[in-house]
Amino acid sequence: MNASDVPLPGRWIRRSFAALFAGMAFTGLGQMPIFKRYYIADIPGLGWSADFFLTHLLHYLGAILVLALFGYMAAEYALSIRKRYVLTGAGWIRVLLLAGIVGTGVVRVLKNLPDVSFSPAFTMLVDIAHLGLMMLFLAAALVFALMKRRWVRERSSTGA
Amino acid sequence: MPRDISRRHFLKAGIAAAGALTASRLPLPNAVRGASSRELATLIDIRKCIGCEACVEACSWTNEAKYPEPKKPFPRMFPSRVKVSDWSDRPHVTDRLTPYNWLFIQEARVTVDGKERTLTVPRRCMHCQNPPCADLCPWGAARKLENGITRIHPDICLGGSKCKKVCPWHIPQRQTGTGLYLDLLPSFAGNGVMYKCDRCYDRVAQGELPACIEICPEEVQKIGPRDAVLKEAHAIAREIGGYIYGEHENGGTNTIYVSPVPFEELNRAVQKGPGRPHLKPVENAMAHADNLAKAMVIAPVAGVAAAAARFLKSAGRGSGGDQEENPS
Repeated sequence: MNASDVPLPGRWIRRSFAALFAGMAFTGLGQMPIFKRYYIADIPGLGWSADFFLTHLLHYLGAILVLALFGYMAAEYALSIRKRYVLTGAGWIRVLLLAGIVGTGVVRVLKNLPDVSFSPAFTMLVDIAHLGLMMLFLAAALVFALMKRRWVRERSSTGA
Repeated sequence: MPRDISRRHFLKAGIAAAGALTASRLPLPNAVRGASSRELATLIDIRKCIGCEACVEACSWTNEAKYPEPKKPFPRMFPSRVKVSDWSDRPHVTDRLTPYNWLFIQEARVTVDGKERTLTVPRRCMHCQNPPCADLCPWGAARKLENGITRIHPDICLGGSKCKKVCPWHIPQRQTGTGLYLDLLPSFAGNGVMYKCDRCYDRVAQGELPACIEICPEEVQKIGPRDAVLKEAHAIAREIGGYIYGEHENGGTNTIYVSPVPFEELNRAVQKGPGRPHLKPVENAMAHADNLAKAMVIAPVAGVAAAAARFLKSAGRGSGGDQEENPS
């Protein structure tokens, strides 16, 4: 078998990715003290969303899965996908936004370690960037879904 | 030794001059002068405290300029169930923590060596080594300094009170009507500024002692490198058959109490509630998160390994593999 014949990731990857990011968006928003204030935690079954430690742990667990998924996808792309496919403009935008989300998230995790200290301005910048990039990513994902813009196109193809 | 009320009042009146001369300290480390990143801890020897409240008053004088000056009327809060927290009409309350009182004396009627006596315990922020208030602050307002002080930046804090909820002792106290939230969406996000002991970070940065330590006539508190403070705390505990609090609580704090009676007993005896923290054992609130942070290093490697295994398996199988799907 030629390496370029290795199939693209299946539907389960895309569904896992969507579910994971929905969960990360929810638990990420839960880091702000808004779920109790705005009755989200009053919705039956969502009482846990006002528990800051729990949402923080879930966000960290999700981050582990995100990092594993990104490692998997990056390696898949490098090993086989790129031989037949190339990232579209819409794909690049999403990849860069995701890289920014992951990068700022990593900085925030580092900041939370016991012996790491950043300035308040830098921490605030990282927090706002993390939130802003996630909102941009969700907006981009929605727009590209509506426009049916794919992440990759075949190398021989000219359309995005 | 039972305390004498008249002595307490006498001391309160004359403490300022005397206290400055009796400041108690371990040898001041370079860290106090900003030359080292070693964490400083305070040692509070409960036996010595006479409950004179000199530390409380010194804290108030020293930090008065940092206290909130809220604008009234407060913005109307949405939704209406969001309560404002206003201590501006009660700035002189000293029997609990408030935005205007960052240190108070907690009293415990206990039995020591067969005799009933009242122990007094200075209470304030514990300055945790891994503070959940700073770790979980969504805005970067709460942070731990390299010298072990955890402080909340009043210019950044939005008063969401998350720090208070995640603090094992619920130390930070909110004042509505002040701070950055007034310039953003005052009715919809934020609710003031959270205040707590900053262990006189500004004085410490200039090589001075925190006011509460400097003023104390009984040398109840000392400050120094955490390892030295712990060494002294254990020496005292061994000598008196005493007990230590703060060494392991919440994974370790930079406030170490030594008591002649078990802290379980002290905790039962002190008045607890809003602004009056407990003395219970505390698990490390951030331990799980720190362990997961380590797992994050392994996760991408595991992902790459899985993809490599899939690639090798597919390559070895020739034409085998999953059904191809178009990505979207």
